[in-house]
Amino acid sequence: MARLTPENEVLARTIIGRYPVPKSALIPLLHLAQEQDGWVTDEAMAHIAELVGVSAAEVLGTCSFYEMFKREPVGRYLVNICTNISCVLMGSDDLLSHAEQRLGVTVGETTPDGTFTLEGVECIAACTEAPCLQVNYRYRYKVTPESFDELVDDLAAGAFADEIPPHGTLARVRQVIAADRVAGAVEPTDGRQPEWMGDPDGGAS
Amino acid sequence: MTVSDVAPIITSRFANPDAHTLSGYRATGGYQALAKALSMSPEAVANEVKEASLLGRGGAGFPAGVKWGFCPPGVWPRYLVVNGDESEPGTYKDRMLMERDPHQLIEGVLLACYAVGCGQAFLYVRGEMALAQERIAAALNEAYAAGLVGRNIMGSDFSVDVILHWGAGAYIVGEETALIESLEGERGMPRLKPPFFPAAKGLYMQPTIVNNVETLSNVPWIVNNGAAAYNELGAEASRGTRMFAVSGHVKNPGVFEVEFGTTTFRDIIFDPRYAGGILGDRAVKAFIPGGASAPWFFEEHLDLPLEKGTVDRAGSMLGSGAIVVMDETTDVVRACLSLVRFFAHESCGKCTPCREGTTWLERILTRIISGQGRPTDLDLLLDVSDNISPGIAWPPKQTTICPLGPSAVSPISSALTRFRGEFEALIDDAVAARTAVTPVEITVGSHG
Repeated sequence: MARLTPENEVLARTIIGRYPVPKSALIPLLHLAQEQDGWVTDEAMAHIAELVGVSAAEVLGTCSFYEMFKREPVGRYLVNICTNISCVLMGSDDLLSHAEQRLGVTVGETTPDGTFTLEGVECIAACTEAPCLQVNYRYRYKVTPESFDELVDDLAAGAFADEIPPHGTLARVRQVIAADRVAGAVEPTDGRQPEWMGDPDGGAS
Repeated sequence: MTVSDVAPIITSRFANPDAHTLSGYRATGGYQALAKALSMSPEAVANEVKEASLLGRGGAGFPAGVKWGFCPPGVWPRYLVVNGDESEPGTYKDRMLMERDPHQLIEGVLLACYAVGCGQAFLYVRGEMALAQERIAAALNEAYAAGLVGRNIMGSDFSVDVILHWGAGAYIVGEETALIESLEGERGMPRLKPPFFPAAKGLYMQPTIVNNVETLSNVPWIVNNGAAAYNELGAEASRGTRMFAVSGHVKNPGVFEVEFGTTTFRDIIFDPRYAGGILGDRAVKAFIPGGASAPWFFEEHLDLPLEKGTVDRAGSMLGSGAIVVMDETTDVVRACLSLVRFFAHESCGKCTPCREGTTWLERILTRIISGQGRPTDLDLLLDVSDNISPGIAWPPKQTTICPLGPSAVSPISSALTRFRGEFEALIDDAVAARTAVTPVEITVGSHG
């Protein structure tokens, strides 16, 4: 499992087709690779490069800029604890220390059994629910050391399987555009004025 | 207190459990603005929004209608890019709008495309917001199937695809030119303005409008009710309503939609209908009025209205509508480090003063906190700050392409100006601890 599966390759081509310039699809395709394998493999990046028509180095260049893309395996559950101001004021420093002790790892590490990877994350827009965290990008609010322990026990026991998908899966609903509804990607070289903007010589702006 | 009871504009459906579905949205007036707009000329729709004094809700506060007018005439195609990359520390409202009322946003996107003549729209949602992506994907799928997005919308000659796109974890991508780079599949590094003002040279070097989620979510109401009704709310340039997240040391942290321009900081922090006062009824030490990038305010600023011009003149900004309250027990040096560390971590690395400067600001603050501070460190913090943002003034000057670097200076200058003594105390303790070490007498040659 490294290159995109035939099924994902079809999906990748659909996604590429939505953009006026294929390279715009890079980030969604890297997410697709991560959804498939749990992390982004070199082989997947090479495959994406072929599909998009850029070099593998360019794919890596983009991939390596963004923190959500993992270029080595991570735990089944990626636990991101917010480390920003609203959460810090409400005790997230202590929560992070507690999490390190509870999981027996330091920030950035994965538990030896491969279940949990612990990370500090930048503000995840739940500031009124501080301190907060995400497990595979699903929120938990107003987390205390006690509720953290409970969460870890539940996750280890396989709870929340319905709510929290494996690492790499973000939205479980994909955008689908039926062929008879698509307006079409508008290429940058397409110099035509849109139809609804009126008479092209009429000076409508 | 003078809290005005205005009906909410953009959060009006939040209490409805089915607000995110097409049927829920349509049952509450959804897509009526689109139908109305299609009976108007694009120019008339654009004028209505321009009249409405709709200030951009992403951070800079630039009037959206004016921005729409910046596209050079006769240059096609034009694109619309929706900035849903909400990530300024303290900010929590765009995610809520995307999760709870995605059709309102989609309708706003369609209205903007119709008015400006954008041939394609890209809705860039932050990578970490899985539920928002899910809700928008589902809403778009429903809207496409109902003939509301895509080819010949509502049977008219208006055709536009709205493409859901999502990021992968980078604060800098909230900056509009970095957002465009990211949407082109590149590393999210900002472009120099000029020449790369998006309205002139944006996505694929074509005229591009970049609008924030909350900004566009206001547009359906404006088209339905008219600019005059919108401008009845608010004061000066700050019209309509606005969402503010109040977090930190308050009793009832929350996201509140209040009348823009008239509600005061004291209202929103203390009124029981809003944040309800400070935890333990303690005193306010400082509060951030508009996200991590904003200079701090203090008790004497509590009676200022949430009005853009007033807050700008008082030396800060409403930014992204993020109010973070620190009570009297707050360790401001640690708070300052938390903010600076964020900017150091999120610096994209393109400009040397930001890349190196924010890193050094973080290191110096860290050594002060860990008992290794030096008497020269406070001047050094200011010197490094001055190299990122000459003069350390407000509004900030910058030696960088984008405002991220100067944003890291805001907490330093705020905390050092007001609470210099707290920094000095830590350094004094460190110096005293170092000099208090008694040399250990070692008897040379003794093997006893």
